[in-house]
Amino acid sequence: MISNESGAVTTERAGPGKRSLSNDELHEMLRRMLRIRLFEERASAMMSKSQLPGVLHNSIGQEAEIVGACMALRDGDYMTGNHRSHGHPIGKGVRLGPLMAELFGKSTGVCRGKGGSMHLADFSSGSLGESGIVGSLMPIAVGAGLSAHLRGTDQVCLCFFGDGAANCGPFHESLNLAAVWKLPVVFVCENNGYAIHSPQQQTTSIAQIARRADAYGIPGITVDGQDVLEVYESVSCSAADARAGRGPTFVEARTYRYCEHSESGGPPRPPPYRSEAEIAAWRCKDPIEKFVGRLQRIGALSAQQFESIRSSVQEEVEAAVRFAEQSPMPDASELLENVFV
Amino acid sequence: MPIISYKEAAKRAIVEEMRADPRVFVMGQDVQSGLYADMVREFGDERIRNTPISETGFYGAGIGAALTGMRPVVEAAFSTFFYSAMDQIANQAAKSRYMFGGQACVPLVIRAHVAYSMAFAAHHSDRPWGLFAQVPGLKIIVPTTPYDVKGLLTSAIRDGNPVLCFDDFTLFGSTGEVPESDYTIPLGMADIKRAGSDLTIVALAAAVNHSLAAAQLLAGEGISVEVVDVRSVVPLDRQTIVESVVKTGRLIVVDAAPGTCSVASEISATVGETAFRHLKVPIRRLTAPDVPVPFSPALERLMYPTTQRIVAAAREVVVGRGYA
Repeated sequence: MISNESGAVTTERAGPGKRSLSNDELHEMLRRMLRIRLFEERASAMMSKSQLPGVLHNSIGQEAEIVGACMALRDGDYMTGNHRSHGHPIGKGVRLGPLMAELFGKSTGVCRGKGGSMHLADFSSGSLGESGIVGSLMPIAVGAGLSAHLRGTDQVCLCFFGDGAANCGPFHESLNLAAVWKLPVVFVCENNGYAIHSPQQQTTSIAQIARRADAYGIPGITVDGQDVLEVYESVSCSAADARAGRGPTFVEARTYRYCEHSESGGPPRPPPYRSEAEIAAWRCKDPIEKFVGRLQRIGALSAQQFESIRSSVQEEVEAAVRFAEQSPMPDASELLENVFV
Repeated sequence: MPIISYKEAAKRAIVEEMRADPRVFVMGQDVQSGLYADMVREFGDERIRNTPISETGFYGAGIGAALTGMRPVVEAAFSTFFYSAMDQIANQAAKSRYMFGGQACVPLVIRAHVAYSMAFAAHHSDRPWGLFAQVPGLKIIVPTTPYDVKGLLTSAIRDGNPVLCFDDFTLFGSTGEVPESDYTIPLGMADIKRAGSDLTIVALAAAVNHSLAAAQLLAGEGISVEVVDVRSVVPLDRQTIVESVVKTGRLIVVDAAPGTCSVASEISATVGETAFRHLKVPIRRLTAPDVPVPFSPALERLMYPTTQRIVAAAREVVVGRGYA
């Protein structure tokens, strides 16, 4: 990744995805990363006071791979998420109010309070949903790719899943199916090193999960998931390949979640499965700090601009919370609605 | 009116929908060399799509395609293969619309052969319509005649919801009149296959034919039997069933699936709750025992309701002791 004289960032890798990013686009990346972090920090704080029902799976620490991948898509493209998935619709540009209201179980939630934290979806933005079942939406992403292919559009489906999903059946079936049919799917493995509490070396036969792509005859790339531009570049190239009919790509983004696997009401429990030193080491590579530092070094972001973006996102999050708090709970009649069309 | 087989009528429903609607396509294992071999030339291998033996993969792909504007028909071969893709059926296809607050629409048909009484043993012989009826969000059809399968499948493909179609393999060769013209049978409508006044028999799949044969025999004994074909397990036409029992005062439910928590249980409970005072005698269920299907024909033939068993039960219910 290099910067040109005007301060814009250009991808080093030659390819169909190569393009310059304007300062506005770089700022939008930062804005979306901050939205994810501040949204989840706020949700986490409310959950710790039992102000939210259910359970949260936060992705704080993983913002770069989410936003880098999402911003490589076009508006009409599709996306599937997983259980750790507040960030995916935020990365795709969905407004925070209906997402926050969904965490509250309110009628104004993006799923009218029927889905909750693990099942956010916004079909108007191409988000085909999220799932509490690990790996389960991978075949559905393949189907969205098949649909685009059959309808003759150049839409792409971005499929997010974790390293834990890489060991389940749907992973293998989906990679094979997308590969054998050469479908426009970009598989993004968010490798945060842990399947719930089990470290990757305990559960996964190889260290570099992207090597599994080779078994299905598709390109597999491992990128620094804490570097939003590296992810953006890689997914952009993969999406361009997919649009051009060259089939799916597997992008493994190495990342880390700072928070625990899940959070529900009550005080946080200490993590017996990983050291504080490990968490601290990853915090030193924080994706947002890293990106801000880089933009400042190349003169693409002033301290004043950063503060302006940060405070406007803070206000968006607070407005989302107010919207959620002031929204009504679903009416009892909603219970029986929308089982069928 | 032309007389064709059940198998041909089902295929005709799908082919006609494919001609009428470019969003409709078929996928499944070996479909190009099997049921649709003569259709590849017309529709091409994109719309008659062979899949790997990968149930989770291609059922899920069907859901994904349905969510994004297509109308897939997934050919699942045997009903027991559903279990390999249970998450896709029960968690994804069934729940997406509700869980995402009505944003999602899953116009997907999944067809499976129900191939019992053929010595295929336990892994190919289940009749799991009741099992899937426990999953809210799935519609379930179980046709019996060529006329019904064409009309029901056409409705299923045009429906906006995931529909499981269980095709009783023992009926594939059976024949009946099917009009050339376009017609549909709404999902959720039972059919009175024979009118009667002494006893209602509610049945589904091949058990309908066994019940009709039994009704014919019983007519010779002066017992008038009404036979109601369920046709659609979800939605279930409770009204037609209850009205029939109100008329006859007696009910036998015939279902080749195991009895516990079955379609037969649900129908019995419905009648018990809403028409109890009209019942002259207790409800009887004729079902399979709660065992996996054994291989040996000597054992398997003991499994399912037959015409003889239906006749015997009907005699007990109509002329027997009644309430003990």
